[in-house]
Amino acid sequence: MTATLTDHALLIAVVLLVLGVSGVLVRRNLLFILMSLEIMLNAAGLAFVAAGARWAQADGQIMFILIITLAAAEVAIGLALALRIYRHFRTLDADALSGMRG
Amino acid sequence: MIDCLWMVPLLPFAGFVSLFVSGGRLRAPVVAAIGAGSVGLAALLAGAIAVDYLAVVPPGGAVRQVLWHWMTVDGFTPSITLYLDRLSLVMMLVVTGVGFLIHLYSTEFMAGDEGYNRFFAYMNLFVGFMLVLVLAGDLLVLFVGWEGVGLCSYLLIGHWYRDAANGLAARKAFFVTRVGDAAFLVGLLVLFTQLGTTDIALLLQEAVKRWPAGSTFAVATAALLLGGALGKSAQLPLQTWLPDAMAGPTPVSALIHAATMVTAGVYLIARMHPLYELAPLVQLTVGVLGALTLLLAAIAALGQTDIKRILAYSTMSQIGYMFLALGAGAWPAAIFHFMTHAFFKALLFLAAGVVTLSLHHERDIFQMGGLRREQPLAFWAFLIGSAALAALPWVTAGYYSKGLILERAWGAGPAGYWLWAAGALGAFLTALYIFRAVFIVFFGELRTRPSGTHGLRMGVPLMVLAVLSIGGGWLDVPSLLEPLFGTQVAAPPAGSSMARVPEMLVTGLALLGVCLAYVLYLWRPDLRVRWLALPGIARLQRLSFSGLGFDRLYDRVLVRPFLWLVRVNRDDIFDAAYNLVASGIRLAHHGLSGTQTGVLRWYAAGMVFGTVLLLGVAVWG
Repeated sequence: MTATLTDHALLIAVVLLVLGVSGVLVRRNLLFILMSLEIMLNAAGLAFVAAGARWAQADGQIMFILIITLAAAEVAIGLALALRIYRHFRTLDADALSGMRG
Repeated sequence: MIDCLWMVPLLPFAGFVSLFVSGGRLRAPVVAAIGAGSVGLAALLAGAIAVDYLAVVPPGGAVRQVLWHWMTVDGFTPSITLYLDRLSLVMMLVVTGVGFLIHLYSTEFMAGDEGYNRFFAYMNLFVGFMLVLVLAGDLLVLFVGWEGVGLCSYLLIGHWYRDAANGLAARKAFFVTRVGDAAFLVGLLVLFTQLGTTDIALLLQEAVKRWPAGSTFAVATAALLLGGALGKSAQLPLQTWLPDAMAGPTPVSALIHAATMVTAGVYLIARMHPLYELAPLVQLTVGVLGALTLLLAAIAALGQTDIKRILAYSTMSQIGYMFLALGAGAWPAAIFHFMTHAFFKALLFLAAGVVTLSLHHERDIFQMGGLRREQPLAFWAFLIGSAALAALPWVTAGYYSKGLILERAWGAGPAGYWLWAAGALGAFLTALYIFRAVFIVFFGELRTRPSGTHGLRMGVPLMVLAVLSIGGGWLDVPSLLEPLFGTQVAAPPAGSSMARVPEMLVTGLALLGVCLAYVLYLWRPDLRVRWLALPGIARLQRLSFSGLGFDRLYDRVLVRPFLWLVRVNRDDIFDAAYNLVASGIRLAHHGLSGTQTGVLRWYAAGMVFGTVLLLGVAVWG
């Protein structure tokens, strides 16, 4: 893989990450926040894969598999929490759930 | 049986623990059974131990029982030791015996009280600590008992805590005795640093060996221990707490503030008597303070209208006699008077309790009167107790113990004559003030009709104590105690007709006191009215009523300057520094708690910002 391709791949990863972060910060619905988190994880995965290809090492792909696994576990728990929150508060608006205000 | 000595204090402690842990879930009869039963068992056990002890007196006259070693610090190994000799035997028997009778009385007296369980728990705790005090073989253990009984005294004076005055009285008792206790503690530490041990027997041996008579350390430690004794035994100048301590229930006054705890000072001095023989000046001070207290308290008792306060001042006065005996070196006489006093003063308090209970806790003697026929048992009990207190001849216990004290004081050298004179004058005043109470309360016309009657549990202790108040004087306690103390004072030569004169004089004065009380309060009250109309007498009476103004004096000299100092010192510069720290923290708290909005996205933004910042520092920093 050439240096240019790596640069492009990393650029896409950065764009994905910024999209994810801004999604987390801007969205108020818990489901969209979870989705934005997934995007951020994928951005990190893409960066790993690109770096692994650049230096012809398997580590990047191993890390990507790890991230997928982690993301699956996180989604399972995150969705379960979102379900419980909805049942309890009848809303998924993150701003409405401000019971921890100091 | 002597091996079971440790069980004597343990039984009341066990009673306390079971009552305390149950926390009021037990029914009243169970509480009474545990409360009185544990002390009763202790009394039985103490009796059995006494029989064993007297049947075969152990070698050296003392039994030591080391329970365990308290601690080991750099060669200092105080141990929890029980020590039974003739002195602690007498004390143990009186504490458990009179203690049991008063517990039995309380089971009925306190019936229906909302703090019934609490009352018996603390009473048991008191008896346990008192037994620790008298059986301690180590001065530190004695101190634990000493503080423990002070605590129980505080808790029980304030038993009816809903009335703020009772709480104040409890606090006053605690503070005033604390002054003496501080002196005691300092004396204990000086003894330890100088002699290297706190075991009482070893300590006294070492003191006699190392310190010559009149040496500085002997005088200083004897004086410091005397300070503790003065506070606990309500002697001048630490006597002001005792009359206020009457705010507690009557059985408490009988047990703690008449029969046992207040005589702990007498026990302490008798226990440490070799130290006082090394410091004759301090020993003389003991006698002089005792003589002063007995006169002042007797004068104060003359002006009281509250029946319990009369008895409180009388207790002070009688302990004055014991201190007088200690000062004259008549150790056995002091302990003998302690014993008879425990009998007749407990009897007087319990009889007064019967009277006040039937009058709905009315304590003013001028609201009573003519109760002779209404309350025959209380009348006879009070009369017998009064006769013993006034030391009427031959048929009362007080006659023998007080007679012995005055006889020994007479034979104790030049200062002894002054002590004797104070004691003789005190005998007159004692007879006057107590028969004043008898004639006002039980004779004359009926002023308030008593209601209710008392049962056997209140009657039996009265009868037993009445018998002891009559017969207690025939128990030959002084010669039981003589071997322990040695004979310090030679008895006056018997047989000569002159030797009987002082004794007859004292008896005559006591009888004169009774007659005067009869004349003034029963036969010719008009004489009393004319006497009170004399100029200056009303002021004298007010002075006597206020306990000779000591409360006011201490208020002016100690309490108010202290409060003034506190007020002045309230806003000092150190406080300002601490307040600055506190307000700084409060400010930071307000600032930071603003960031805790509870909004999830706000936190996420914070995390992103932090991460970016850290990465930036890592890359370009």
